Amino acid sequence: MKLKTLKSLLQTNTIFEESEIADDFDVVTACGADLMSDVLALSNDKTLLLTGLTNPQVVRTAEMVGIKIIVFVRAKEPQIETVALANQLGIFLYSTAKPLFEACGILYNNGVGAEEINYL
Amino acid sequence: MKKEILEKEIESFNFQSGGEASSELKNKLRKLGIDSKIIRKTAIVTYELEMNVIIHSLGGKITAEISEDELEIKVSDQGPGIPDIDKALTPGFSTASDEIREMGFGAGMGLVNVRRYADDFSIKSNEAEGTTVKIKMILAN
Repeated sequence: MKLKTLKSLLQTNTIFEESEIADDFDVVTACGADLMSDVLALSNDKTLLLTGLTNPQVVRTAEMVGIKIIVFVRAKEPQIETVALANQLGIFLYSTAKPLFEACGILYNNGVGAEEINYL
Repeated sequence: MKKEILEKEIESFNFQSGGEASSELKNKLRKLGIDSKIIRKTAIVTYELEMNVIIHSLGGKITAEISEDELEIKVSDQGPGIPDIDKALTPGFSTASDEIREMGFGAGMGLVNVRRYADDFSIKSNEAEGTTVKIKMILAN
């Protein structure tokens, strides 16, 4: 799914993106998690992370596994340090008012796949 | 011949800079042209270990040495040590506080992920000397 479609489905607010490339970005799978070690068990760099956590470690964790897009659920606003780090690393940040379960459900119903736990 | 490519202090409870050492190592490995899958595995391992030092210890250090066919990483801290290593290696076991869990850590998967992704893993821990984890990543295909 193109990121443009995903943003529309989740009615996201954009916190940080590189607008010239964002809309065409292909999202293949998604992962909903509030535990960073669970995110670290993933391995797909086309994965999008949906989370209720907003601290800078979320961005750092995404960097480690190559995740390029994070969507904060329940209309959460990330800390300034989180946005600054995302900016530095080129990781796009969005927020949606939808809760985690609903946001995941919408994406799943529209063809975004479950992350296959791939132990590299 | 081994070549040191990283030596960095890790401060206890400094979450702001947590992950910087792993990020730096990841970038260095990328510049050295290491396979992306190996880089990702290494990043996961070092980040888990780095966060363990920040969360659970009084501070420590990470060093990384590279040779033609392997990468050796040592993460050591100044204590207080792990009372029961077998328990610490059990998936889901964690001694992290509620405050740490609220930050998304303390899932009890840290050392489990490290052992899973490292090609070679050893851990030593006691109250007097703290904890030292040594891992190796095989670079040759």
